[in-house]
Amino acid sequence: MKRKHPVLALTAAAALGYAGLAASQAKEQFVPANFYWVGPYAPGGSGISGGMLDYFKLINNRDGGVNGVKFTWEKCETEYNNARGVECYERSKKKGPTGATLIHPLSTGITYSLIEKGTQDKIPIVSVGYGRTDAADGRIFPYVFPMITTYWSQNTAKIKFMGQKAGGMDKLKGKKIVNLYHDSAYGKETIPVLDAQAKKYGFQVTHIAVPHPGNEQQAQWLQIRQIQPDWVILRGWGVMNPTALKAAQRAGFPRDKIIGVWWSGAEEDVIPAGDAAKGYIAAGFNVSGANYPVIKDIQKYVYAKGEGEMEDKSRVGSIYYNRGVVFAIVTVEAVRKAQERFGKGQPMTGEQVRWGLENLSMDDGYLKKLGATGFMQPLKLSCMDHEGGGQVKFQQWDGKQWKVITDWISSDQSIVRPMIEASAAQYAKEKGITPRDCSKEK
Amino acid sequence: MLYREAGQFKSTYAEDQQIFPIRQDRIGVLLFIAFAFVGVPLVANQYWFAAILTPFLIFSLAALGLNILTGYAGQLSLGTAAFMAVGAFMAYNFELRIPGMPILVSFALAGLCAALVGIVFGLPSLRIKGFYLAVATLACQFFVLWALQRFGWFSNYSSSGVITAGTIEIFGYRFETAAQKYLLTLAIVSVMALAAKNLMRSETGRAFMAVRDMDVAAEVIGIPMMKTKLLAFAISSFYCGVAGALYAFCYLGTVEPEAFNLDLSFRILFMIIIGGVGTILGSFLGAAFITLLPIFLNVLFGGISSFFQVEISHAWLSNIELIIFGGLIVFFLIVEPHGLARLWQIGKEKLRLWPFPH
Repeated sequence: MKRKHPVLALTAAAALGYAGLAASQAKEQFVPANFYWVGPYAPGGSGISGGMLDYFKLINNRDGGVNGVKFTWEKCETEYNNARGVECYERSKKKGPTGATLIHPLSTGITYSLIEKGTQDKIPIVSVGYGRTDAADGRIFPYVFPMITTYWSQNTAKIKFMGQKAGGMDKLKGKKIVNLYHDSAYGKETIPVLDAQAKKYGFQVTHIAVPHPGNEQQAQWLQIRQIQPDWVILRGWGVMNPTALKAAQRAGFPRDKIIGVWWSGAEEDVIPAGDAAKGYIAAGFNVSGANYPVIKDIQKYVYAKGEGEMEDKSRVGSIYYNRGVVFAIVTVEAVRKAQERFGKGQPMTGEQVRWGLENLSMDDGYLKKLGATGFMQPLKLSCMDHEGGGQVKFQQWDGKQWKVITDWISSDQSIVRPMIEASAAQYAKEKGITPRDCSKEK
Repeated sequence: MLYREAGQFKSTYAEDQQIFPIRQDRIGVLLFIAFAFVGVPLVANQYWFAAILTPFLIFSLAALGLNILTGYAGQLSLGTAAFMAVGAFMAYNFELRIPGMPILVSFALAGLCAALVGIVFGLPSLRIKGFYLAVATLACQFFVLWALQRFGWFSNYSSSGVITAGTIEIFGYRFETAAQKYLLTLAIVSVMALAAKNLMRSETGRAFMAVRDMDVAAEVIGIPMMKTKLLAFAISSFYCGVAGALYAFCYLGTVEPEAFNLDLSFRILFMIIIGGVGTILGSFLGAAFITLLPIFLNVLFGGISSFFQVEISHAWLSNIELIIFGGLIVFFLIVEPHGLARLWQIGKEKLRLWPFPH
C-alpha cells in the first residue's frame, strides 16, 4: 500500500470486522479495491487496480475529491476465487463513513456470488464489461450494473463488424463462424445470442470449448482447421489467449480472422504470443494509449509526485490500465450525480450511489470535460437499462501496439434486449421477485 | 488431575456405549456446542458469519465426508468437489421443480443423489487401490462437471450454466440473514458430525477401518468387501453432497459448476491431510487451517503494513502470503505427519498424567 490514510491504518488494525466506527464523520468516500495480484489472471487484476486507484488519486490531488469528499480505498486479494471474493466483500462493505460506495468484483464468478448480498446490503455491484448480462434489466436487478457493454451486446457488435467486412449483413449467409470459448460461466455467456444471430443472418456457428486454464488447445485447433471457418471468435481469458494465437499460427489460420472479446485483447494477451499475434483483432469498450488528456493528467498529478500505483510505468496507458481508469470514472461520476441530489460535499451511501448510477448520463461534452473523448463511449443509464452504452471499438495488434481500426460500432439491441428481458424474467420467477415499476422511479 | 476417567463407573450398557465415554469430554463437547449455538451469535458480526464461520463449517463437512472415505475406509478420492457439485445442483433442482418441497428434504435427497453417483464411481475401488483409484475418481471429477455444463436441464437452461439458490424456509420460518444461515449450517453440521463420530464406532465403522488396514485380512474374517467399500463411497458422497447443497444455499447463493473444480477437491484433500487422516476432529481443524489461515495472513499483513506505515507493494504482499501458507503446510507435515488432530490427542494424553508424569 503506497498511500496512507488515518482511516486505513485504523480500519486495517480493526480488520477483523469491527471497522467503520473509526471514521464515522470523515468526509470520505470508501471504495473497496478487491482485485487480484497473484495467479494466472494477475496482469488483469493489477493493471485495472492501478488504473482505478490512480484516477482516484488524480481526483483527490487535482480536485480535492468530489466537492471536497475524498476517495479512500483498501486493497483485498481475491485470487479470482469466489470464496475469497465474498470474504473480501464482507470485510470491506462496512468501511468508511458510509460503507462501501459500490463494488467492482472484477470476476464474473464473484459477481454472481455477490448479486444477492449486494442487493440485500444495498451496495451496487458494478461489473463493467463482465458479469451477468441479463442484470441489465434494472427492474429485476436494482443493484446490479453490467455497465457500458455486456457480452451479448459486444457479440452483436462483432457480428456487425464481420458484416461490414463482408460488405453487408446479408453477405453473412452461409459463412462459418467458430466460437472458441473458455469453459466457464464467463465463456458460455454468448452461446445463446450467437445461436439467435446465426438463425437471423443464416451463418453457421460451431461452439468449441477450451477447458480452464486453456494452455492446451491442439485438439480444438485441429477441429477448427477441419471446419475452415471464415471467422473465429475468441472468448478467452488469461493464458488461453496467447496459446490460442500460437496454436492458430501453427494451424495456419490467419490471425486477422480471429476476433477476441475485450478480455482477450490486452497487451498481456498478445505479447507472449510474439509474432503469432500480429494482425489479431480484439473488441474493446476502452482503447489503449496514453495520449488522452485524462491519462496525461494522471501522469502530471499522480506520477510526477511519485504516488502512482504502477511499479512498471510503461503499463500506464495499456488496455487494462485504461480499463481501470474507466471503472474509476464511472464510480466518480456516479458519486457526483448522487451528490447533486442527496447533498453536495457529503459522503454518499450505496443506496444513494445506486440512484446516481441509474441516472448517470455522460454525453460527448461531458466526456470532453473529463478529458476522455474517444477514450470511452457516451453513457446513459436508466431504471430499465443498466447497461447504458453498448458500443464497441475494434483494435488490431500490429506487433507493437493496438491500433484502433473502427469507430464505435453499436450493438444490435433488437436482438439483445428481448433476450435480456426473457432471461431476467426467468430469474425473477425462480426467485419470486416482483419487478420494479420504472415509471414510478424518481 | 482434572482430565481423568478414574472413578467414573459404568453400570449400564447405555452408559458404556455413549459417544463420549469420559465425562469431561461430554461436558466439553456440550459446552462447545452450546457456545457455538448461543455464544457465537451473541458476539460475532455479519462479517464473521458470512465470510468466516459458514464457509468454515461447510468445508468441514466436506472434509468430514472425504475423511470417512479416505481416512477411515482407506479409499483415496479426488472427486470430492464433484460430489459437492451434485449436491448443490440437485438441491437446486428439487427446490425448483417440486413446488412446496421442504428444504431439508431437498438437502437429504441431494445428498442421496450424490451418494448414488458415489456408488457408481466407487465401483472401480473393488478392483483397484491407492493411487490408481485416485485416478479413477478423477474421472468422476471431470465427468460430473462436464455433465452439469453440457446438459442444460441441471441449471434450468441458464445461458451461463449458473444456478441461483432460492430462499430457505423451514416451517414458515425464513432463513435470510447471515446469522440465521450460520445457525442452520451449524445445526446440520453438528448433527452429521456426531452421526459420523457414532458411525465410526459401530460395526460399519470398524469394518471400514479393517478394510483400510488390510483388505485381504478383512475379507478373511468375513467382512463383505463390495458392500463395505461401496457403503463408504455412499456415506462419504452423501456428506459431500449435503456440503455442496449448503455451499449453494447457505453460503454463496449463486454457483457455477466451475466453482467445484479439481482445485477444490485438492483443497479438501489437503484439509484432511493437515487436519488428521482418520479423525473427525481433524476434518474441522484442517478446514480451519486451509480456509482461515490465508485470510488471517491477509489481515495480519494489511495490519502490519498500515500500522508501521511501511510501503509494501500489494503484489508482493499477496505473493508472500502464498509462500508463508505453503511453508506452514510443509512445516506442519514435517512436525506432525499425523495432522493437527494428533497434536490434540497428545495434549489429552499429557493432560491425563498431569501433574504426576511417571
